[in-house]
Amino acid sequence: MIEQHPRLREFKFTLYRIFKNPAAIIGFTLLLFFAGVAVFAPQIAPPKYAHNPYIMPHKGFSPTPKPPSKDHVFGTTSGQYDIFYGAVWGTRTAFKIGLFVVGIAAIVGVILGSLAGYYGGILDEILMRITDVIWAIPTLVLAMAIVVAFGRGLDKVMIALAMIGWRWYVRVIRSEILTLRDQDFVQAAKLMGVSDFKIILRHILPNAIYPVIIMASMDMGSMVITAAFLSFVGLGSPKGFADWGQMVALARNYIVGPPDDPLKFWYAIVIPGGCIVLFVLAWNLMGDALRDAFDPKLRRR
Amino acid sequence: MLAFITRRFLLLILVLIGVSVLLFGILMSFSPERRAAAYVTSPQQAKDIPKIIKQFGLDDPFYLQYARWMKAVFKGNLGWSLVASRPVAEAFWNYFPVTLEMNLFAAPIVIVFGIWLGTLSGIHRDTWIDHTTRIIAIVGWSLPTFLFALVLLMIFYGYFQLFSPGVISDRLTMLIVDNPDMFTRYTGLYTVDGILNGRMDVVWDALAHLILPVLTYVIVVVALNMRVMRSGMIEEISKDYVMTARAKGADRKTIYIKHARRNALLPVVTVAGQLVAISMEGSIAVEVVFNRHGIGWWLAESAIQLDMPVLMCICLFMGVVFVVTNLTLDILYAYIDPRIRLN
Repeated sequence: MIEQHPRLREFKFTLYRIFKNPAAIIGFTLLLFFAGVAVFAPQIAPPKYAHNPYIMPHKGFSPTPKPPSKDHVFGTTSGQYDIFYGAVWGTRTAFKIGLFVVGIAAIVGVILGSLAGYYGGILDEILMRITDVIWAIPTLVLAMAIVVAFGRGLDKVMIALAMIGWRWYVRVIRSEILTLRDQDFVQAAKLMGVSDFKIILRHILPNAIYPVIIMASMDMGSMVITAAFLSFVGLGSPKGFADWGQMVALARNYIVGPPDDPLKFWYAIVIPGGCIVLFVLAWNLMGDALRDAFDPKLRRR
Repeated sequence: MLAFITRRFLLLILVLIGVSVLLFGILMSFSPERRAAAYVTSPQQAKDIPKIIKQFGLDDPFYLQYARWMKAVFKGNLGWSLVASRPVAEAFWNYFPVTLEMNLFAAPIVIVFGIWLGTLSGIHRDTWIDHTTRIIAIVGWSLPTFLFALVLLMIFYGYFQLFSPGVISDRLTMLIVDNPDMFTRYTGLYTVDGILNGRMDVVWDALAHLILPVLTYVIVVVALNMRVMRSGMIEEISKDYVMTARAKGADRKTIYIKHARRNALLPVVTVAGQLVAISMEGSIAVEVVFNRHGIGWWLAESAIQLDMPVLMCICLFMGVVFVVTNLTLDILYAYIDPRIRLN
């Protein structure tokens, strides 16, 4: 038998561990589905306004939602916006929010955390105290304050969340690096004259990155929830924008139907809401499976 | 131990100063004209904006304005709230009891339920009990609070017509407003005040209005607690002392509840701070959807109406609560875990 590269072998074992877990398979399938919808959105729901496909098309202005029909598979929400269109293009919005916010937060967090953990000293002290300050205010509350200061809009919400999100990653990566920094292989690399940059990038980060990956996966979900709530309150995307949180906000006054049929408008809430829940669930299932697979304490059991 | 507490306390002050600078920095991103608008109460006053800027020194350098603001904050003068149309500090005490009441009911349930489910799940690892609780936890974790609250309202208020949104029924609100001598507001918590005034109808009404908010809150928040408890339990059960206890023939219940669970509770204390943060965020969504006029509702409403003094006040308040909670938890943790204390 040919001896495999140990990293490849471990990677294969990790994949095996992940896909032995039924939750991971469900999560992964859901994610593939959402990714497919996001990529093929123009084919699934052809945009009416080519210059800005994120604006949901609407026929008329009647505030009462209309039930599913042949023209509108999922019905229309308040303002006669097509729910199907919103659900499809909302997938793109959700991916955009998640990838942008988590991407920026993770990159900034990993860079700052590595610097703080590796060099220590005064740099570490300053960076960690700044992190402490941002840590002291709950994400949603601070995000609200920043969005109000910047002005409303989905892009502002995303910037605000990215500005706050990095604090998690700094702490995690720093504590990982603190345990790795003084290990023999790092000292050996130093003695051989490898530059600090290369030591961090090639020797330390590959060993410290797993918690970040798990957290990023979980964070995708919670950031999408936070953004959806901000849109729901009216600080995020404008009316008619294909965003699930905003669609729930549109239907908010219709949670209770007429007395003879109280659940009449269920589709206006449940469809965009269901999209949010499934999207977040997919990322959380993935994160949970990754934790089981990467955590050295649970891995080999 | 004393040195530890002193150091943490100094750090706390440092963090709080940082928080106030950060918040003030956010406020200062508004132009002086926009900040002056907060002092304008009538259309006629609008032409006085340049005068207001001069009078309150709104175009002074950052540190001067910051110092002035901090001085005012320490005097208890937090500015004027547009949403509440009264001073922020006064309005705060009006809204705070509503939030406090909900949290007082929800927190014990979250703690007890989370620990119980987590223990159960950890002991019966990989059985159907474990799988079910884990699925419930992960679904609960994935539910946006505002959405879950809306669905609960849709089902219980819309379909079953059981619980209505708000803090208390309109009928009772009117009754209390009309007869101020009959119902004294000692604490602002309707349940407590109801008992103190001997008005059980108010108590039952307030409780009925609390059921859905508390339920929403518990289901969304309990997941974190449960997960940490579960993994703590799994870790403890596989340790040597548990095996020894088993070998000497101690019964399972004693081992799990007396030995393993006590140790597994330690990590739960460490995430309690995070739990507090989640509860604060959760209160906002729950209060907005159920139309409970508490701190969270006030915050959301102020954010929409650009009521900056309120945003600052609540951010500052939450910062203080969070930092003080964490300090308390750290001390508590050092107290219950000698390994930390002796380092």
